[in-house]
This record gives sequence, structure tokens and C-alpha cells, in this order.
Amino acid sequence: MDSVRALIVDDSSVMRKIVERCLRQAGVDLKQVLEAGNGAEALSVLQGSAVDLILCDINMPVMDGLEFVKQLSGVANAKGVPVVMITTEGSEAHVVQAISCGAKGYIRKPFTAEQVKEHVIPVLAGKS
Amino acid sequence: MKSMTDLLAPNGSHENWIPLMQVAAREVFELMLGCKLTVPETVNDTALEVTSMVGLAGQLCGVLSVRCDEKTATLMTSKMLGVSVDTVGPEAQDALGEICNMVAGNFKNKIAGLGDGCMLSPPTVITGTDYDLHSLADSPGLELRLLFEGMPLNITLQIHS
Repeated sequence: MDSVRALIVDDSSVMRKIVERCLRQAGVDLKQVLEAGNGAEALSVLQGSAVDLILCDINMPVMDGLEFVKQLSGVANAKGVPVVMITTEGSEAHVVQAISCGAKGYIRKPFTAEQVKEHVIPVLAGKS
Repeated sequence: MKSMTDLLAPNGSHENWIPLMQVAAREVFELMLGCKLTVPETVNDTALEVTSMVGLAGQLCGVLSVRCDEKTATLMTSKMLGVSVDTVGPEAQDALGEICNMVAGNFKNKIAGLGDGCMLSPPTVITGTDYDLHSLADSPGLELRLLFEGMPLNITLQIHS
């Protein structure tokens, strides 16, 4: 697998660090990790940087994760970039909503590094 | 998974939710911190000066809070991040807020039909013990007293029907 530039979007800096650690434990070769505290910040980050993978929370201030994913279609640097949601919102309705907005994967908090691996590796390989 | 109606006791109390709260908390600590919570043999009313709260709104309205002391919050953070306790700084509040958020989310996801109809607020963290909390809760709160690495950890759910 090629080196990956990842964007991690979560209003908790602790959770962003945990997600990064889980990606490394999952065997993802991270070339660069960019962070944002909400959807609006993430869109701003993507104006100046291209990434290969986005991991995104749903419940965030300013702009939530679902709205962020909806707006990604208009961002050149996000074309074809897979998004995996990582959130406490675990209902089927939320999963369906996230997928319909364009997310390729969905991980419920709390989670393990193994679960991150199960959901992220197929997405990076284009199998999901 | 049981429905919200199934889990209501005949007297309208929510005591049947306590085991679900306990499972929700245990899962968060085992998966995210690699630690098992235990139940204390005796209950001591020690001052717990760090409080994290998450509001619930929708079909279930209320406040779920997690309380511990600063030393416990620091140890939790070090376990979450996989770093030494000596390196933990102000992110301990962020970590406790995220733990509270995950316990609340995991709890509501265990009650059928509640996941869609109950939203969570971002967590709020209070440090100190000299405060009064006035919530709109109109039923007796549910309280779980647990131990994290031998140190007290209280989880309460106050419900506004």
C-alpha cells in the first residue's frame, strides 16, 4: 500500500491522536496527517492540501460531519477521496444517512485498532 | 437490544437502565483504555473534582455525567493516548469529555429506537467541587459507582421525562 495522506476531523484533539495511532497500528503507512476540529476547518484544510483518506466525526460544532461530507463534492482536492465516519452516533439511520451523503465506511465509538483496520484498509484498496 | 418501553419499570422509574449504563461504561473503558472497571465493595463519598457532562435531547432528555478526581482523569488520559502520566497536560479535560460522550452514545445505542431519536450535546467539563447543578430532571437520577484502577468513578444519569 502506498503512503497515505490522511485528514482526521474531530472536535476532540485526544480522539484525533487516538485515530492516528489506530491507523498506524492498522499498518497504514502515513506520509502526512492533517487535523481539523470541525467540518468548516476541514474544508479550509482541503483548499490547500490534497489527501488520500478522510476520517470524520459526526457531532461537531460549527459544521457537523454529515454536512462536511455533503460539501466535499465541490472540493477539487477531495475528488474520489474516501471518507470513513467515526462517531458515537451508532443507529442504522445515521449509517444510512452517512453512506447516502457519500461516506465509504462507518466506525462506531468506542472502537479498537482492529476495527479501524477492518474498515479503512478495504476503503483504501478501493474495495468498499 | 430492548426497547425504551420494555426497559421502563412498572413504577415509571428507569432502574432497569443501570445495567445498560454499566455495560456501556465497561465497553468504553475496555476498548478505548484497555482497562476493566470494577464495582467497589464499599462506597466512600470522596470529593471528585472533575465532572464531565453530556446532554441528551429528544425522546430521552437528561444529562449523563462522569465524575472522578484529577489523578484519575490524568491516568485515564495516559491510558487513552498510550503515554506516560507525566506527559499528560490540559488534554485530560478533553479526554474525560470524550469518555463521557462515548458512554452516553454507547448507552443510548443499546436502547432500540433511541439512537435515532436522541441527540447528544458536545461535552462540558467542570473542575472543582464548589458548585450546584440545577437540571430540569424530574425523576431520581441513576447512579453507578465504579472503580477505575482502584480509584472512584461515578456515572450518573438524570432524566427529564
